[in-house]
Amino acid sequence: MSVLLYLIPISLTLGGIGLVAFFWAIRSKQFEDPEGNAARILLDDDVLEDR
Amino acid sequence: MTVATCSACGAVPHDKIEQMIEAEHRLDISVPSVHCAGCIGSIERGLMKVSGVRAVRVNLSLKRVRIDHDGSSKVEENVLDQLTNLGFEAHLLDGKLLNNKPDEQSRNLLMRLGIAGFAAMNVMLLSVSVWAGAEGITRDLLHWVSAAIALPTVAYTAQPFFKNGWSALRVGRLNMDVPISLAILMAAGLSLYETAHGGEHAYFDAALSLTFFLLAGRYLDYQTRAKARSAAVELTALEVPRAQRMRNGMVETVAIETLQIGDRVLVRRGARVPVDGKVVNGTSEIDMSLLTGETMPQLVAENDVVYSGTLNLGAPIEVDVTHIGQGTKLSEIAALVATAEATKTKYTSLADQAAQIYAPLVHLLAFGAFIFWQFYSGDTRLAIGIATAVLIITCPCALGLAVPAVMTAASGRLYRLGVLIRNGAALERLVDVDTVVFDKTGTLTTGIMTVVQAPKGEDLRLAASLAKYSDHPLSVAVASLIDQGAFQQAKDMIEHPGQGIEATVKGIHVRLGRAEWFGVKPVAGYVQTWAQIGDQPASVYLFEDTLKNSAKQAVLQLKKRGLKVVLLSGDTQLATERLGAQLGIDHAIGAVLPDEKLALVQSYGGRVLMVGDGLNDTAALAGAHVSMSPASAIDAARAASDFVLVKDDLTLINSCIALSKSAKGRMLENFGIAAGYNVIAVPIALAGFATPLLAALAMSASSICVSLNALWLTRGK
Repeated sequence: MSVLLYLIPISLTLGGIGLVAFFWAIRSKQFEDPEGNAARILLDDDVLEDR
Repeated sequence: MTVATCSACGAVPHDKIEQMIEAEHRLDISVPSVHCAGCIGSIERGLMKVSGVRAVRVNLSLKRVRIDHDGSSKVEENVLDQLTNLGFEAHLLDGKLLNNKPDEQSRNLLMRLGIAGFAAMNVMLLSVSVWAGAEGITRDLLHWVSAAIALPTVAYTAQPFFKNGWSALRVGRLNMDVPISLAILMAAGLSLYETAHGGEHAYFDAALSLTFFLLAGRYLDYQTRAKARSAAVELTALEVPRAQRMRNGMVETVAIETLQIGDRVLVRRGARVPVDGKVVNGTSEIDMSLLTGETMPQLVAENDVVYSGTLNLGAPIEVDVTHIGQGTKLSEIAALVATAEATKTKYTSLADQAAQIYAPLVHLLAFGAFIFWQFYSGDTRLAIGIATAVLIITCPCALGLAVPAVMTAASGRLYRLGVLIRNGAALERLVDVDTVVFDKTGTLTTGIMTVVQAPKGEDLRLAASLAKYSDHPLSVAVASLIDQGAFQQAKDMIEHPGQGIEATVKGIHVRLGRAEWFGVKPVAGYVQTWAQIGDQPASVYLFEDTLKNSAKQAVLQLKKRGLKVVLLSGDTQLATERLGAQLGIDHAIGAVLPDEKLALVQSYGGRVLMVGDGLNDTAALAGAHVSMSPASAIDAARAASDFVLVKDDLTLINSCIALSKSAKGRMLENFGIAAGYNVIAVPIALAGFATPLLAALAMSASSICVSLNALWLTRGK
């Protein structure tokens, strides 16, 4: 069962990376306009620069 | 004086100054018709072309555009023009009223939700190994790791529940958060105790998934409220109140708040009177319909009193401000609104009703289980374990999600239909409406006049040719009666402010104006204008307010539902009855004053839906069980309404009622699902057979059922 000693930290780290990404997403205001973000992928011109 | 004490430069940090500049050169514009990627593209590309614009960002969720610009003077108008050219209806929002700060609380909840989700998943993973049969030291290790994740997570993420529960307990009340907090704390505490003693059952995963699901419900609930609140703010920010102040022979545009008693303002033709005041110069006609519901324009001359919110139809007038703030007609109405709201019976929402029954019941059950097992087995550890299991299983995961999930789905659906909901509980109240009261002017009608009776032939041609030269609404309606090619040149046009116009057309002297000008008696009950061709006696043109396209169908739909439809108007009894007959409304009462309107609405029993748009409707709107107003309503009316119909379509009223019924149905179904699951799971827990695995399964299953059930609502149309 010593494999647990590796696997648990690994799974926690991977999950933690996801969590950090989520924090980053919140902080960079990616949840302010969910509908707009869904629609924006359909815009194909790159004239619109992002903030 | 040293630099450091100079407040202008030393005390304010540089980035603060930067922010202040930023905020000043920022425009928020409401664009209600933006709905797809194409709109976003054309707005952002189109506005970047406007000189002075630095950045444009469309927010599709809020249907708003934010523009940063360099502060040059013409940007505001150019941007609005450009939006109109692009085909979008645009309203400038008052930036001061909008909360430009990112929503801290929403982010905070989302953060907690994320952490709780992360922790719940990981602990669930570890728990699966335990359920799969891990034993002895392995199980203890897994439990300890779970504890290390769960305890700090619970301590941080469940804080909203602890705080709410504690503040209720402190004043000796029970709310939903008390059993929630108790369940989470007991689950975590018991699990820690079990882990420390090498026990078999730990409920860390339950404590975490409880927190997670409940936070999800809380987040949805908050989002719905925030959306309603921002809708409310948006509505008040919609009209940037401005007035044209005259000072030293110059006219300047200023904010209404800055006006003082004695200031003189200019009211141009077609503009709203910004203040209560006295006319000091000019003669004109004033449309009072927003204030009184009366469609007949009123003649005003020097020394006459005019009220804010009324519309100047005729020549420009100069008005001296006589009242500001308290003491204006508007504040009288506001007082009436306050009394109406105070007399309204308080409505207890479904969720609150459920919580009132639920919270004591759960505590009794858990306590009963503890007492029973304590005496039956004499084992305190076992008794606490079972009581905890009961608390966890009965914990209102599904209940906490049942209402918010439905409300989120419903308000999202309404938003797409073109209805803003300002108060969540209003959707529940709308279900039991049995009477619909309509205001006439501006609600069922457009406020634009159409001619219903006019002379024909050459007389009409001459009068219409003259009417073409005026942009008074009645003249416009007369001019629209003949074809473009039939117009004749008019010469020597003279305008008599507040009376009418005269000119020579084809060598014949033509006069067009008010009945009094010709010395004739007006026709009762109609908006009218008279025309005189040469020396003939004057002939009359009768007008009627144009019905909204959707009005007839809307009334029909409501009547089909078996609702009583009533028409209350400040306009004359005759005009009101005529319109009632057109629409098939049997109860039509005219010449109703604002306070009478409120009294009548209240006399129809407790379940009235009031639909109105004017200042005279405001008290009735506030006093009715539920209220709606069209987007064209004045802001006081919108502020008093539960729903605002952003799209100008009265059939939406029926859609709202239909949606409210299905939403309430879903809520009740969700309560049913939650109750059904408790009926099955609670006896198992009481009997002491509940394992952490069972608790986890039952809890997740019911929560997911409830959420999916709520989402059904967004299907269709």
